[in-house]
Amino acid sequence: MTSLLAELRGLSVSYPTAGRTAFALREVHLDIAMGERLAIIGESGSGKTTLALALASILPPQARLAGRIDWPGLARAPVAGRDVGFVFQDPGSSLNPVMRIGEQVAEGARRHLGLGRSAGLERALSLLQRVRIPDPEAALRGYPHQFSGGQRQRIAIACAIAARPRLLIADEPTSALDMVVQAEIVRLLDGLVREEGMTLVFITHDIGLASGFADRIAVFRDGALVEAGATREILAKPAQAYTRSLIAAHIDFASPRLIEPA
Amino acid sequence: MNRALKLVGRRAVSSIPVLLIVVVGTFFLLELASGDAVDAYLVSLGGGDAELARSLRESYGLDRSPLHRLWLYTSSLARLDLGWSVAFNRPILDLILERLPNTLWLMGSATAMAFALGTLLGILAGARPGSAADRVLSIGSLALYAVPSFWLGLVLSLIFAVQLRWFPTAGIETIASGKTGLDRALDISRHLVLPVCALGFIYLALFLRMMRAGMAEVWRQDFVLAARAKGLARSRIVLSHVARNALLPLVTMLGLQAATMLGGSVVIESVFAIPGFGRLAHEAVAARDAPLLMGIIVSSAVLVVLVNLLVDLAYAALDPRVGAGEPAS
Repeated sequence: MTSLLAELRGLSVSYPTAGRTAFALREVHLDIAMGERLAIIGESGSGKTTLALALASILPPQARLAGRIDWPGLARAPVAGRDVGFVFQDPGSSLNPVMRIGEQVAEGARRHLGLGRSAGLERALSLLQRVRIPDPEAALRGYPHQFSGGQRQRIAIACAIAARPRLLIADEPTSALDMVVQAEIVRLLDGLVREEGMTLVFITHDIGLASGFADRIAVFRDGALVEAGATREILAKPAQAYTRSLIAAHIDFASPRLIEPA
Repeated sequence: MNRALKLVGRRAVSSIPVLLIVVVGTFFLLELASGDAVDAYLVSLGGGDAELARSLRESYGLDRSPLHRLWLYTSSLARLDLGWSVAFNRPILDLILERLPNTLWLMGSATAMAFALGTLLGILAGARPGSAADRVLSIGSLALYAVPSFWLGLVLSLIFAVQLRWFPTAGIETIASGKTGLDRALDISRHLVLPVCALGFIYLALFLRMMRAGMAEVWRQDFVLAARAKGLARSRIVLSHVARNALLPLVTMLGLQAATMLGGSVVIESVFAIPGFGRLAHEAVAARDAPLLMGIIVSSAVLVVLVNLLVDLAYAALDPRVGAGEPAS
């Protein structure tokens, strides 16, 4: 077994609402291996986004956390941005509309890598090339509204990996995009993770999309982990009825694979 | 900068019908009011016979039909001729140019003070919605907003001018002081402190509340969570991401408030006896000097149009999305 990046032990997240507490996550035990591509699958309300926010330590202040997340793969407690990068669902709202692209991509790198202004912009330029934005020199001076949805998501990915994090969390990064662009973004994430040796946690409701490239799959329902295992095993013989129903709903012979297995 | 030029062009064209509506509307409104300059003049003389009134009306052209006079007025306006003030017996343009700077100083300083301080305090309150600083500032601004400006002016004057004697009670500068240059500027600013506070504090409260509410709104946006996910310093999140975006509606508000502030300065100029635009309007009404009042209203309209043009330019500079075409593919 490869070494572990993170261990979730009895992790629960709840929000105090009027009178009672609402649990978004209940008693989750899950391991994240170094360098793996883990897909978190669930419907809306399954707690998958809460898990992502908890991993990135950006839960809203009123959230109550119980249980623990250990990081045997890191020497210290993870710093948002520095150790964990985060790609959001809708690139139309996750980029600051009035800040230049160059500055937005560079700010994480400047903060965590201690770069100056010009070194930060150089890093931003190479990141924009890395995520294959056409004419990256001009893009540095552009604003989000000047780019298409797919390009914005590429820029958001560049922002997320700016400080060379070990773990990249992508929270439904393709749900706001059309099918063709979806495939491009997934291919880009897959390539980046492979080349940089990052660990990827890919959150999606689409088990078909996840099965194309994830090493392992974890299925969530109503804030609890249903089952987790290697992609092949989960798809071939799901232990839980819920997983079976998900597979039945999402995969048939007509759905094309977005990524050919390597 | 092409964007800015286009904006100026569009605004200039649209301001012509606006000004025309103001001219025609005010003309007929004043026409509806009973009494004219001749009545006011005769009252000041202590009375006169019908023949005198008739000949005076004839010499001023007041005996012509309203439509005819409207045409005369509009065509001379087009030549930048605002006419002759009956009450002051001087060209109206001269009167306006003499009084306008005082009002511009008052309005400009009050706006600058209200906007700068209001925004800063708003950022302080909005940096942590619900914090102690936020509560104190929100309650304070609400109290300030509830105070009428004429009353605030009187109280400020009573405390700081009459009791403490820190500032002069009235006027725009020391009369016949013979001061020039920097001394005169200092003298004028000393005179302006109290009226600027009286006029500006309410707008300060308004800007503070808007900034705070705007920031509370922006805190919920995805890009702020994205900024947190980048692990940025809190000060950078507050200033570059939250405050920067919350500033935009404030700039729009600035343009809208310019007109209201012009109205408010009429009251404050009366309280502090500043010979400005507002007092001129007051005097024009008292003397039934319709052409002077028209001139004041038309030049106020021009002023408001100009301020809004400046505000639009500022907004375009702050928000790259304004006036942009299709997204580049």
